[in-house]
Parts: sequence; structure tokens; C-alpha cells
Amino acid sequence: MDVEILSRIQFAFTIMFHYIYPPFSIGLGLIMVICEGMYLKTDEKVYENMARFWTKIFATTFSIGVATGIVMEFEFGTNWATYSRYVGDIFGSPLAAEGIFAFFLESGFLAVLLFGWNRVSKRTHFFSTCMVALGSTMSAFWIVVANSWMQTPTAYEIVGTGLEARAEITDFWAMVFNPSSLIRFAHTVNGAFVQGAFLVISISAYYIIKNRHLDLAYKSIKIALGVALVASLLQPVLGHEHANVVAEYQPAKLAAYEGLYESTDHASMYVIGWTDPETEKTYGIEIPGMLSFLIAFDFDHKVPGLKEFPKEDWPNVNLVFQTYHIMVGLGMLFIALTAFSILALKRKNLHEKKWLIYILIFSVPLPVIANQAGWVSAEAGRQPWIVQDILRTSDALSKAVKAEEVLFSLIMFFCIYLLLFFAWIYILDKEIKHGPEDAVTSYSHRKERLDMFEDKDEE
Amino acid sequence: MDYNVIWYILVGVLLIGYAILDGFDLGVGALHLLAKGDHNRRIVMNSIGPVWDGNEVWLITAGGAVFAAFPHVYATAFSGFYIPFMLLLAALIFRAVAMEFRSKEPHRRWRQFWDAAFSISSAIAATLFGVTIGNAVTGINIGADKEYQGTLMELLNPYALMIGFFVLTVFTLHGSLYLIIKTEGELQKQVKQWAMKVYWIFIIFYIIVTGYTLFLHPEMIANFSFGKINYIGGRHELIDHYDTFVSITAWIIVILNGLAVLNIHRCLVKGLEHQGFISSALSIGAMVGLFALGIFPNMIVSTFDPTYSLDIYNASSSQKTLKTMFYIALVGIPFVLSYTIAIYWVFRGKTQLDENSY
Repeated sequence: MDVEILSRIQFAFTIMFHYIYPPFSIGLGLIMVICEGMYLKTDEKVYENMARFWTKIFATTFSIGVATGIVMEFEFGTNWATYSRYVGDIFGSPLAAEGIFAFFLESGFLAVLLFGWNRVSKRTHFFSTCMVALGSTMSAFWIVVANSWMQTPTAYEIVGTGLEARAEITDFWAMVFNPSSLIRFAHTVNGAFVQGAFLVISISAYYIIKNRHLDLAYKSIKIALGVALVASLLQPVLGHEHANVVAEYQPAKLAAYEGLYESTDHASMYVIGWTDPETEKTYGIEIPGMLSFLIAFDFDHKVPGLKEFPKEDWPNVNLVFQTYHIMVGLGMLFIALTAFSILALKRKNLHEKKWLIYILIFSVPLPVIANQAGWVSAEAGRQPWIVQDILRTSDALSKAVKAEEVLFSLIMFFCIYLLLFFAWIYILDKEIKHGPEDAVTSYSHRKERLDMFEDKDEE
Repeated sequence: MDYNVIWYILVGVLLIGYAILDGFDLGVGALHLLAKGDHNRRIVMNSIGPVWDGNEVWLITAGGAVFAAFPHVYATAFSGFYIPFMLLLAALIFRAVAMEFRSKEPHRRWRQFWDAAFSISSAIAATLFGVTIGNAVTGINIGADKEYQGTLMELLNPYALMIGFFVLTVFTLHGSLYLIIKTEGELQKQVKQWAMKVYWIFIIFYIIVTGYTLFLHPEMIANFSFGKINYIGGRHELIDHYDTFVSITAWIIVILNGLAVLNIHRCLVKGLEHQGFISSALSIGAMVGLFALGIFPNMIVSTFDPTYSLDIYNASSSQKTLKTMFYIALVGIPFVLSYTIAIYWVFRGKTQLDENSY
């Protein structure tokens, strides 16, 4: 295999592994702020337990997120040196801003959040929690800005020719607020809220089925289901806005989303399907005219198909199509699942629906898959461009790096990440089984539940 | 002074901040296996618990700053030093998760594994930083296309390895001085013994490295030789213009650095915990500063042809980016310093274990 394919595999692998963790941190961060805010407001012990317990879970995911994040920053230089030379004038500044504005904030207050419970006042601790949550969100902002510039480049000019050619910035703020950055940031962070909330939902549901830490579990699942429902209802709206930007600036990507080969004025949306690169046709269950409608509120809006573009500019259509539909499908499922669970919670019969609780426990990988799939469709949809219409991925490689070297590092990352993943699962499992330090059992659900099972010995 | 010079200084400040701050926690890591017994090891690890992550951010930000301000330096160094940088990444990953995982499980083997991972990866990271600096002094094979054309073994040359081990001893000494502040009782006594031993190894290395560098690379002091030593590839006009001033300042730093190094010994003997650590921090700052002055205005020297070297002009971003980034730094730095100081203040005093510790 050559340097290009190995470098692409390595980047895809390391960033997908990395991206398991930051959404958990961002989502859990929000829930920690809510729990600790409730503690400050009500002064109830259970909220303190919740804040402390979710912080512990947070710490485990956060450290892997940080450790694997440094890899990404290095890889721009190690594997994509020509890219770094070409766009460093533009792409480097959001990365540096991420360091100065987000990472210092996050890491500084993280220390107080994790180790400061007995050293600072309640209010200072709450403030630190807010700052960590803010820091991780700001970090997402700057990195999404950098990526969005690659999708919808603006505010640049190409200076020099041949080996000396590079993109130079013309307007910093126009680069930061390029046409896609805000909507992509909102869509990404909102997806992170779903993912973090589902971790809390899953662990709480586990405690409910095990009849342990019920007060904490019910209060947590209520908060998390609320967050998850709002975020998953918002997600199609944000996704739709995002798709409109894609339609305007990256029409080949949009065509690949729906496997649209021929331009048509009545473009369909697929519920499920398959694209055949041989015959250049797409098969599946379709909603006729829906894509046209979503883009222009007009069933007869003309949408350009892939054939409008030179074939060497096409992305891998099936990969983009499938990952896009996995994301959309799972997004719909989250709305149904969270709405149904909240209904059960309101009717106080969640604990009767064992099947639902089991679904909630095991659904935690689904938002991870949805977030990953969304990013794969966004990134693979941009190919073969590394910066849309400006620089091809195959021209962005490091010239000084040999295939054996990349193969070595790829195997190294594979082994390390495998070890980390299993160690992480093991530790998480242990933390969950161990549970919060101090279980308070005064919540009405518990009494109700105990009455139902006529298990009054414990009362 | 133009924006290119300002950014050279700012990157230098970030690297000094990194070397002083992460320097001690890498050093503490390198010493970790010397601590005997689970309790002592937890104290050692928790002495850096609240601060190591923030310290590492200095490296990440320095990396981002080099990318933004000097993209060619970033691209050439990172792709040219591919394997060493990949090993550095592996070391930084292991270090971070070893701290998080180590005390989560009481099994002896589990703890031994993460203890070893933590300690060895800290030592490797420190050494690799030194190897990088060593190569910056000797120069590497860069062609007209700004790409590294040498091999891995050329990067691991004897001089670079020597600087690698030197940086390891500097950080280990720095780490042991930090541990003296953070420990008490029997453990502190042991740490003081380690510090004294490391100090003498450091002194021997310090003399060898200084002598060897002056002998092999006299151009390292060309910028502050009162114009006596010629610089390969032309001096910067700032140096020419302020030659005497720069030279005098640099030699004052050299002398103060020597005094700071001697003062470390005095502090170790007299038990002046904070002063010893501050002396070592100042000494690290002086050494990085002198190194930066030594290679200025180059950032990566080409051994093929001095005109191929990457300097602060032919490797930089546009003036517009340098200027915008300068304002970003101006806004950001006060915040960064205030968090850093606040965190060290909150976690001052001897390390105690509680339910939130590693």
C-alpha cells in the first residue's frame, strides 16, 4: 500500500477513535452543570452525589480524549505536511486559538473539578464545572471552524506558483465565520449532547433494573432524558439547515448523500437503499420529491446529480450514502426512544417496562455510531478534496515520509488504542458497578416500587 | 522589531513555559519507579495530579502556534522527525492514561504495568525533546524544497542523543526538586537523596554538553560573541544593530544561569525547598532562551546549504496572520497566566491523598 492510502487509514482510524470521547465529555459536561446547579439551588445531598458521580465517569473519558487529541494535532504535520504548508496561514490559527482559549481554560478548571471538592467553596467548584463545560464546547467551536474552512473555504487568496503556492488569509473573521462553521458547530455539539445524555441514561437505567441507587438513578435519568429529547428534536432542524449549506457549496456531496447520479427536478429522499457504482443507479425505499422539497420547499426544485461533475471529483458514493442514512435513521430513533421513555417516566411506569429499560441500557453505542457516521459522511463526502475545490487529498501528503513509516505508526496506534479501549471499558464497568459513594434512598419511586413488589422488609 | 521576530519570541516563551512546567512533571514521572510501596507511589503521582494536564497544554499550544506562525517549520519538523514524533505521541498517550487508570484497580500486576508505563513514557518523552533540540543545533539535511532528506538514524546521531540524555537529567533534577516541595517525612528524605545524585549527574553532563557544543558548534554563540564568531548564512539585522547589548545580556544570563545551578546545590544542603525549585526553573528558562538566541533567526538549519535553512522569514505565515495571531495571543495570555497561577495556588502545600486522588 502507498503512503496516501496508509495515511488516510491512519487519520480516519485515529480521529474516529478520538471522536468516541469528546462528545461524551461535552454531553456529560452539560449534565454535570445541571446536577451541580441543582445541588447549589436545593442543597440536597442527592444532587451532590450525582455531580460527584458523573464527574468520575467524565474524568475517565476526558483523559483518553485529551491523550488521543494530541495525535490529531501532530498528524497534520507528520502525515499531511504539504497540506500544512499550503494552508498553514489559515488553518493554523484556529488550532492555536483552540489552545489559548479552550485548552488552558479546560485543563485549569478540570483540576479544581476533579481534585478540588475539599479545597474550594461550593460556588467556586460549580464555577469550575461550568468553565470545563465551556472549555470543551469552545474547543469544539475552534476545531469545527478549522474543519468548516476545509469544507467551505472563504476569505483566502492563492499566492505564488508551483512549489511556492499557498493559500493566504484575507479576512480572519470571515474565515472563522465561513458559510458552514456556525451551523456545523451547532449540529456537532448538539450531537454530543445526545451522546453524553445517553451514557447517563444507560447507567441510570442499569441502576433502576438492578434496584440500586434509585434516587440518583431516577433524578439523573430525568435530566438526561430531558437533554436527549430536546437535543434529538433539535437535531433534524439543524441537520436540515446544514444540508442546505451543503447543497449550496458542496453539491457533489449532497448528491452522494442521496445517491443522486442524474440531475433531476424531482429528487427523492431514501429511507434505506443501496447505490450501485457499476450501473450508477440507486435502489431502495424512496420518498419521491422529498430532497427537492427539503432544499427549496418545492417538490420540483432541480437538484444537480453527480454526473454534473467530473467523475474524478466524485466521492465514494455508497460510503457517503450509507453513513448519511445511518445518521438520519438513528436520529429519528432517538426522538422516538426518548419521547417514549419520558412518557413512561411521567406515568411512573418506566420500571414496569423492563424491555424498555434494557433498550436504554444497551442503546449507548447508538449515538456514538450516529456521530461517527455523520462525520464520515461529511469527510468522505468532501473527497477527493482535502480543501474543497482547492487542494486534493493526494497532493496534501508529506513528501519526507515513507510507506513503511506510516505502516509502523498505524500498527502502533492500532495496538495502543485497542489496549486503551479495553482498559477504558473495564474501568468504566468497575466505576458503574461500584456506583456513587453515598446512596440516598428517599425518592418516591423507590417506595412505590417496593410497594409493588411487596418487598417491605427493607422499609 | 517585526511580527516575525515577535512570533519567534512568543513561541520561545511557550516553549520555556512548557519546559519549566511539564519539565518537572516528566521528571517526577521518570523518578516514579524509584518510589517504593503503593502509598509512596500514589503520593508521587498525585503531586502532579492536578497540574500535569495544564502543563501539557503549553506543548499543544506551542505546536498550534508554530503551525499558525511558521507552517513550514511545523511541516518540515513533524514530517522529517516522523518516527521520533510518533514515539513521542505513544509516550504522551501512555503517560496520560497511566495516571488515570493506575489506582483504579488494586491488583498488583495492574498497578505495576501502569507504573512502568507512566515512568518509562515520561523518560522517553523527555529524551525525545532533547533529541529534537540536539538536531536543531546540528542542523538536518533539508533540500531546496524545504523537505527533510535524511534518514531516521541520522536523527539519532550521538550529539542529539547526548542532548536527549542531558534534557532527561535536567527534567529529572527539576522533578525531584518539585517532589521535595510536595512530600514530607521519610519519602522526602529519599527524594532529597535522589535529587543530590541527579544533581551531580546533571553537573557532569552540563560541563560535557557545554564544552562539546562550543567545540563542535561554535556558531551557537555567534549571536552573542561581540561579533567575533561569524554566523553561517548571515546575521539578523537586530543582532548587528544591538550587538554589544545582546552579547552583554546573553553573557549575564550565562553567568546567572551558572549561579542558579550552584544555588540548587546550596538549597539542597540547606533544605530551601522553594528556592531550589525556582533556581532550577530559572536555569531551564535560561538554557532554552540561550538556545533560541543561538539559532536565531534560523529555526531549522540545513546542513546542505545555509540558504536552504528555514528561518523566521522564509518559513512564516503572511503578515496578516502573524498580526491577527498576535492580537489573539495578547487577549489570551493574561487569561492563561491567571488560570495557571490560580491552580498552583489552590493546590499549594504538601500532597495529601483523599477520595478524589489518583
